[in-house]
Amino acid sequence: MEFAELIKTPRVDNVVLHRPFYPPVEGTLCLTGHHLILSSRQDNTEELWLLHSNIDAIDKRFVGPLGTIIIKCKDFRIIQLDIPGMEECLNIASSIEISEWRLSYVNKEFAVCPSYPPAVIVPKAVDDEALRKVATFRHGGRFPVLSYYHKKNGMVIMRSGQPLTGTNGRRCKEDEKLINATLRAGKRGYIIDTRPLNVAQQARAKGGGFEQEAHYPQWRRIHKSIERYHILQESLIKLVESCNDQTQNMDRWLSKLEASNWLTHIKEILTTACLAAQCLDREGASILVHGTEGTDSTLQVTSLAQIILEPRSRTIRGFEALIEREWLQAGHPFQQRCAQSAYCNSKQKWEAPVFLLFLDCVWQILRQFPCSFEFNENFLIMLFEHAYASQFGTFLGNNESERCKLKLQQKTMSLWSWVNRPSELSKFTNPLFEANNLVIWPSVAPQSLQLWEGIFLRWNRSSKYLDEAYEEMVNIIEYNKELQAKVNLLRRQLAELETEDGVQESP
Amino acid sequence: MEHIRTTKVEQVKLLDRFSTSNKSLTGTLYLTATHLLFIDAHQKETWILHHHIASVEKLALTTSGCPLVIQCKNFRTVHFIVPRERDCHDIYNSLLQLSKQAKYEDLYAFSYNPKQNDAERLRGWELIDLAEEYKRMGVPNSNWQLSDANRDYKICETYPRELYVPRIASKPIIVGSSKFRSKGRFPVLSYYHQSKELNAMANRAAGKGYENEDNYSNIRFQFVGIENIHVMRSSLQKLLEVNGTKGLSVNDFYSGLESSGWLRHIKAVMDAAIFLAKAIEAESASVLVHCSDGWDRTSQVCSLGSLLLDPYYRTIRGFMVLIEKDWISFGHKFSERCGHLDGDPKEVSPVFTQFLECVWHLTEQFPQAFEFNEAFLLQIHEHIHSCQFGNFIGNCQKEREELKLKEKTYSLWPFLLDDQKKYLNPLYGSQSQKSAVLEPNTVSFNFKFWRNMYHQFDRTLHPRQSVFNIIMNMNEQNKQLEKDIKDLESQIKQRKNKQTDGILSKELLNSVRPESPALKATLSLKEQALLPVNDVLRTIEGSSPADNRYSEYADEFSKAEPAVVSLEYGVARMTC
Repeated sequence: MEFAELIKTPRVDNVVLHRPFYPPVEGTLCLTGHHLILSSRQDNTEELWLLHSNIDAIDKRFVGPLGTIIIKCKDFRIIQLDIPGMEECLNIASSIEISEWRLSYVNKEFAVCPSYPPAVIVPKAVDDEALRKVATFRHGGRFPVLSYYHKKNGMVIMRSGQPLTGTNGRRCKEDEKLINATLRAGKRGYIIDTRPLNVAQQARAKGGGFEQEAHYPQWRRIHKSIERYHILQESLIKLVESCNDQTQNMDRWLSKLEASNWLTHIKEILTTACLAAQCLDREGASILVHGTEGTDSTLQVTSLAQIILEPRSRTIRGFEALIEREWLQAGHPFQQRCAQSAYCNSKQKWEAPVFLLFLDCVWQILRQFPCSFEFNENFLIMLFEHAYASQFGTFLGNNESERCKLKLQQKTMSLWSWVNRPSELSKFTNPLFEANNLVIWPSVAPQSLQLWEGIFLRWNRSSKYLDEAYEEMVNIIEYNKELQAKVNLLRRQLAELETEDGVQESP
Repeated sequence: MEHIRTTKVEQVKLLDRFSTSNKSLTGTLYLTATHLLFIDAHQKETWILHHHIASVEKLALTTSGCPLVIQCKNFRTVHFIVPRERDCHDIYNSLLQLSKQAKYEDLYAFSYNPKQNDAERLRGWELIDLAEEYKRMGVPNSNWQLSDANRDYKICETYPRELYVPRIASKPIIVGSSKFRSKGRFPVLSYYHQSKELNAMANRAAGKGYENEDNYSNIRFQFVGIENIHVMRSSLQKLLEVNGTKGLSVNDFYSGLESSGWLRHIKAVMDAAIFLAKAIEAESASVLVHCSDGWDRTSQVCSLGSLLLDPYYRTIRGFMVLIEKDWISFGHKFSERCGHLDGDPKEVSPVFTQFLECVWHLTEQFPQAFEFNEAFLLQIHEHIHSCQFGNFIGNCQKEREELKLKEKTYSLWPFLLDDQKKYLNPLYGSQSQKSAVLEPNTVSFNFKFWRNMYHQFDRTLHPRQSVFNIIMNMNEQNKQLEKDIKDLESQIKQRKNKQTDGILSKELLNSVRPESPALKATLSLKEQALLPVNDVLRTIEGSSPADNRYSEYADEFSKAEPAVVSLEYGVARMTC
């Protein structure tokens, strides 16, 4: 890729340049394929021409809408650019930043990690040979890979399987090097282990384990407790059973709702995702997330953190991409987890509503920020349905490798190709959507969480009146758009008439 | 005022109720004759009406000062830390005095002055006219008449003067019946349902014991089992205790909700009202409702039943009428139930709050059936306790007349009507819901915890964007846009007419007409000045650093070597 292709904002006005021994200069900043140029557009004023290759490091700072980029050059010079507008500043910064990441095809044949896709993003400083070694040290060969890059400050979320330390504290130099390679000098990172400490300790007996402080001194480990497998499945079974009982009295309903623990799982997952998002956005620290395999609770956390942090993942296309990246490509075993649902008696250990819990968490955030998502509840319900039973190939198989072997691309249709047709898309579009570039922090208090009625009470009560109300809401919004367009048109007409009159009267 | 010794205390901390790391705002506390006011460093004001204070508690002295916890009847809970114990003590004593008045005349309503003259005030009181309401219902008629038996409150002190009874009920019958009923509350008409086939009605009476079935032919009995005021009081108390817990877990929340029994009680009231409405609508049967005294549970069931049957009561004005009729005039003891005066705490009970909650549940199930919105219910709840208006002061009409409330205080209703815009439901009006008899579904899962009531002031627990407000504002904006369009169209028409008039004379002069830069300027200016600014509506609360859910997180993180990170109420903190 040419550098020029990376330039998102080639020109910004009103940029102030500070450099040693000179008064500040205000001017226009331009990015070309080779140079960063600042020109005051006045004669006799020196301009700045800086080769991209002279940039050694950059720092970003924000005070309100004003962004500052500090460029440290290879010739030891340090200059500062004040750029109005956060987006412009981020775009400039990301264009001149030297990427610390690379695409690796080490898993091209699915030999290094059967549940990873052929291409993964890893630190530039680590070569494929090292990756192979790290894979032997991580559960299921799932070596740490990039999950999300936070543009605002360059911090990242990585995910992996648990380290295979075993009882005798095995270590792997390449693993340590890999994850340290993601830290900036002097920075500390956080490892979010989705298991409680005692579970992580017990895992050592089976060859698993967690990162020892002594070997990962720059990393602070935080243990959370997100449940897995049959505990989640039983929770779902209890919840659905309770929702289906129309005759139970209030006490019984509330105690069964409580006993199902469903909302406790929701709270735990959301809390962990908020924590991850906070580490990045508020602490300016990178994180590594894993549990045991790194295919379930890990993905819940990394994907929800992106919903919180990244506005794009709250759009329809962005959310589809998130599912594709963080669930399908990341190797969440859909075939196993979604083989059966709440009614089946033959309970298999690997069945679990991990993906449904994720969707429920998204729904909870959507309810708290109803204007920040491009999609509506129906979109989430549709995804739930297709994860469990679908005429499309998208959710078939347990990972990319299986999907390749099954030749799904040749033999089946993609869900997205159907969903993205305008006629379908209109059903899933949130009429209240207004792009919101902020990080959205949900409340995880029990009073703020709710039972997802659209899923769990869907077949237990009529939603006629609620649907009618929703339609009315859509009508009001549509009508508003119409009226605005009409007012605009009329104002323009009137302005034209006024000017005509003016011209007629003046000569 | 003689109760106020300290009027201003600086450097007071207001603690975040749910923060386990004692996040707080520092500011100044002021004590006025009517309010306690806290102004924080961001100049944000928190006003607490003395009458709203349910309890004041002074906790043990801490290193940072003396904690003062105030719980309000509108479910606001504030936790102050006053630096000096003496100040805290002064404020504590003042609030104890100010929040519990001994006589009616000391209540806020008697000093509240909205700058209206006597005529305006009187018009306010006449806004809701119950005689009109009975006329609307279709009484008096061939079966029902206005009785003058209670004109001087001789038969029943807690009933209004004007009562509607069956035509065959002569005065001796009324007197006899009243002697047989608790507090003389004989059966009278509460609501008369005009339906196509048959006229049916609901009425009310007081009980204490129940009728012997043998003596009442053609009558079916139904016991619905709504608990008494004491059970309801302690139920709410339990609910509030659970919800005030810091770091509440999901399981504790639901087991607390269950053991408080609150939603069970709400469902019981709703079921009774549905039974009543069904009997009248589907079976064309008349219904007599009573409990023991007939001013608590009876009021709940009659008013809610009427609301299900008659769409009029689901309008803003109709709802006011309903409250005036079934609650105020029939002697729901507002002053005792709300604890307006320093009286028997055992008489306090959230009976009316339950009624409002039932209405809220109905608005949730039938989003288009009500002209008013949730804010209307919350505002009424605010004012049954505020004692700012005369409507809810006293325990029955007789007492209100003795207090001369209509001369000395103002009525709430005209103020709510003036502010109507705030209380309109933008979705109101679907024919299927607007005019129908409502048949709510009372399966347990349809009852949800009413967060906006019980956590009204705990903003961190609320959604950060409100669909409802957006739609409400949009609806308002649509009306404005419709007006704008009319204006613009008529202006354009005028211009065009003027042009055609002038065109003949000026045509020759204007054969060439370059597009002037002025035109472009006007155009772009017009576009910018255009009305809709949805950004404001969609602004996310809490996006400012001062108000952010995570604002305390940053400080905590900078502490050395934290070992565990935990989140509470969406606000993360670190414990060492």
